[in-house]
Amino acid sequence: MTALRTLLLAACCVPMTAGADAGRLLATGGATGIEGAAGGGITPWAVLAGYGERGEWGGDVFATRVETGDYRLDVAGVAFAFDNRLELSFARQRFDLGNLARDLSLSENSLSQDIFGIKLRLFGDLLYDRLPQVSLGAQHKRQKDFLIPSLIGAQRDEDTEAYLTASRLILGGAFGYNLLLNGGIRYSRANELGLLGFGGDRRDSRSLLKEGSAAVLFNPNWVLGVEYREKPDNLSFAGESDWADLFLGYFPNKRFAVVLAYARLGEIATLDNQDGAYLSVQGSF
Amino acid sequence: MHRLVLLFCLWLAACTQQAIEDDSLYRQLGGEPGITRIVEGMLLRIARDPRIVEHFQTVDIQRVRDKLIERFCVEAGGPCTYTGDSMEESHKGLALTPSDFNALVEDLQAAMTDEGVSMPAQNRLLARLAPMRGQVIDR
Repeated sequence: MTALRTLLLAACCVPMTAGADAGRLLATGGATGIEGAAGGGITPWAVLAGYGERGEWGGDVFATRVETGDYRLDVAGVAFAFDNRLELSFARQRFDLGNLARDLSLSENSLSQDIFGIKLRLFGDLLYDRLPQVSLGAQHKRQKDFLIPSLIGAQRDEDTEAYLTASRLILGGAFGYNLLLNGGIRYSRANELGLLGFGGDRRDSRSLLKEGSAAVLFNPNWVLGVEYREKPDNLSFAGESDWADLFLGYFPNKRFAVVLAYARLGEIATLDNQDGAYLSVQGSF
Repeated sequence: MHRLVLLFCLWLAACTQQAIEDDSLYRQLGGEPGITRIVEGMLLRIARDPRIVEHFQTVDIQRVRDKLIERFCVEAGGPCTYTGDSMEESHKGLALTPSDFNALVEDLQAAMTDEGVSMPAQNRLLARLAPMRGQVIDR
C-alpha cells in the first residue's frame, strides 16, 4: 500500500505545483476510470488525460474507492498525455474480499493487479471537428495474487485487452445543456476487470463487449451521467454481471476534480446485489 | 378547390416563417446592448489574459470590438450585417493554436456569465462559433 499512499500524496501536491490554465476546456480531460484511463468511472472515453492540447503535456493522478456491502476496491494511478494524441497510464487495484474471505476462510483477503494502459487518439475532436473523437486503447493487466483465481478456474494471471471508443460533446444537446455521449467496444477476457484472472473454464477466448455513457453538463463545473459496461462470463463457479452507475462529477478548476457515484455491480464471486458507493479524487494539469 | 386553399395556406405559412428570422438567441443575449457588453467584457478579460493578450497587442482594438459585435449579432439572429473580413482573412498571420482558441472561448464564457446569460443561451452561441475554429487557427 506504500505505492497507493505515495500516489495519494502526489495527488494532493499536483494542484499546487502544476500550471493548469492553458490547453483544453474545463472537464474535457474527463475523470479517471478504475483502470487508469481518462474517461468515466467504469468506461474510458476517447479523451486524453489532463488538459494538454496540441504540442502540450497533460496528465493526472487519481485515487478511487468503491465500497459495496461485501467488498471494497481501492485504485490509485497516474496518467500522462502528450500532444492531445497519446496517453500512457498506470493503475494499481486492490480488491478487498471482506466478507467472502471471512466466510470461506480464504488464505488471502485481497486481490491486486497492475494495469499499464496506452490510448491513441485516432481522429476527430470531442467538441470542434466534424467527426467525434475516436481513440484506440490497450491495457496490459498483471494479476498479482493468482492463487484464488487459479482455484476457481481462471486460466492466466496476465493478459492484454483492447478497446475502441468514440466521444462527442454536443453543445446544447440536452434541452440547451451540453450533452456528452460516449460509446465503445472492448475485446477482453478479463474476469472482474482481471482481479479474478483472465479466461476461464467456461470460456477462454476474448469477447467483444459494449460499453457506453451519457452525461449532461449543467455548467462547465458540474456533470451528471450514467455509464454501462458489459462484462464477460468466463468462470463457471460464479456469474459475472454487467456494470452500471450513476455519477456526479465536480470540476471546480483544471487542477482538481471529484466524482461521486452510485454503482450497481451485480454478482461478484458468488455474492449478489453488490450495489455501492464510488468516490474518486483527481489532480490534473 | 379546398385542396388548393389548403396548399395556399401552407405555402403562406412557410413563407411567413422564413421571413421572420429566429432572433430568440439575440434576445437571450440582451439584444445589441447585451452583445456589446459581452464583447467588451470578453476583450477586457483578454487584456488581462497572459495566455493570449499578445495576439491582440498589434490590432486595432476598436475595430475588433465593432466587428465582433456585428458578428455575434448576426450569429445570434439579430438585425445586423457583418462588414468585416472573412474569418480566415482576419486571423491570417496570427498562427493561433487550439489552446489560444480555447482560451478565448473561456474568456467569452466568463463574460457571458458576468452578463447573466443563461447556460443554454451560452451553449447556443458557442455552438454557432465552434465550427469556425478551423477558419481561425493555424492561419
